Amino acid sequence: MSFINYSSREINCKIVYYGPGLCGKTTNLQFIYKKTNPEHRGKMISLATETERTLFFDFLPLSLGDIKGFKTRFHLYTVPGQIFYDASRKLILKGVDGIVFVADSQVERMDANIESFENMKANLKEQCYDLANIPYIIQYNKRDLPNVVPVVEMKKVLNVSGVPDFEAVAATGHGVFETLKAVIKLVLIELKKGT
Amino acid sequence: MPTSSLIMFEEEFKQITAIIDRLLKDANAKLVFLVDKDGQLIASSGDTRDLDTTSLASLTAGNIAATGGLAKLLGEKEFSILFHEGEKDNIHISIVGQRVILVVIFDNRSSLGLVRLRVKKASEELNTIIKKLLHRVEAKPSAEENLLAEISDADIDKLFH
Ligand SMILES: Nc1nc2c(ncn2[C@@H]2O[C@H](COP(=O)(O)OP(=O)(O)OP(=O)(O)O)[C@@H](O)[C@H]2O)c(=O)[nH]1
Ligand SMILES: [Mg+2]
Repeated sequence: MSFINYSSREINCKIVYYGPGLCGKTTNLQFIYKKTNPEHRGKMISLATETERTLFFDFLPLSLGDIKGFKTRFHLYTVPGQIFYDASRKLILKGVDGIVFVADSQVERMDANIESFENMKANLKEQCYDLANIPYIIQYNKRDLPNVVPVVEMKKVLNVSGVPDFEAVAATGHGVFETLKAVIKLVLIELKKGT
Repeated sequence: MPTSSLIMFEEEFKQITAIIDRLLKDANAKLVFLVDKDGQLIASSGDTRDLDTTSLASLTAGNIAATGGLAKLLGEKEFSILFHEGEKDNIHISIVGQRVILVVIFDNRSSLGLVRLRVKKASEELNTIIKKLLHRVEAKPSAEENLLAEISDADIDKLFH
């Protein structure tokens, strides 16, 4: 949930990267961290296992400049994609303002994508959120690999609602900032509606 | 339904800051923070120059969220106080009014007993203000408080230059 501070003139929003294990959520944040001017970002925190799988969350705070005299800050989080970390995923979704669903484009990961998408809806519902009312977008990641599902096919399965979607290769950064910009835009538009 | 934003106004912000400034002194603490349960820093008191307060806020909220998950599994409503003891510094974390988290960092110039005592009093005062704030947010925002409605698409695009 956004936090608007009229005293310090700041807007704070929370954006969560969701998706199946190894789809590239952490890689998205690492690229954003690497390419963002240190003035505009804080430290990236990764609570990960020894094998660099996300254990609880990654966290990256960004501050992007002013809107109408308000500093805008965005807190980016990733969830752990591995199935058995579901309790942690629920906690991280609390207070979310916008979601990036990162799908793994490889043929053999399509089932995992669908399962994760359904899991996201269920976890939101448990907290009385409805995905239809939350700004979210989809990223088809790992487009560089040989065995990928055509984007039209992925859209049919994962983007029935026709939200903004992007192809990406998070490992090289392709599509990473397009994705981020799109979700931030949706979040701010929603915030404007809400007030 | 996404819940509405937490909104902080000048008046409440000043009151909150006054309370945590006093808590800092009364408890002989090094630092005092107030953090939203979602991990946003609301206010801080003490010397924060060498500290990454944004990370601290996010990890505190994560800590409370994880402990809250444990509590639920055990059939508790929540664990309202957490205490971490270090070699030099200690952290006392407590939940205020089920909505915000009060963090006190102290060393051997203070003691757990003193911190607990002072936190208790400050919590009650903070709770009153937070409640007032939530009421105020629920009521319709006045024109002056509704600046956000004027955000244009161009403003949003400008952020990315
Ligand atoms: N070929 C290729 N590999 C990628 C791409 N994006 C990420 N990877 C690799 O995929 C692996 C997993 O990436 P992570 O970002 O750790 O995945 P994650 O979604 O955070 O995984 P969990 O933390 O387990 O949920 C890493 O080895 C990345 O380098 C991509 O676009 N193309
Ligand atoms: Mg990860």
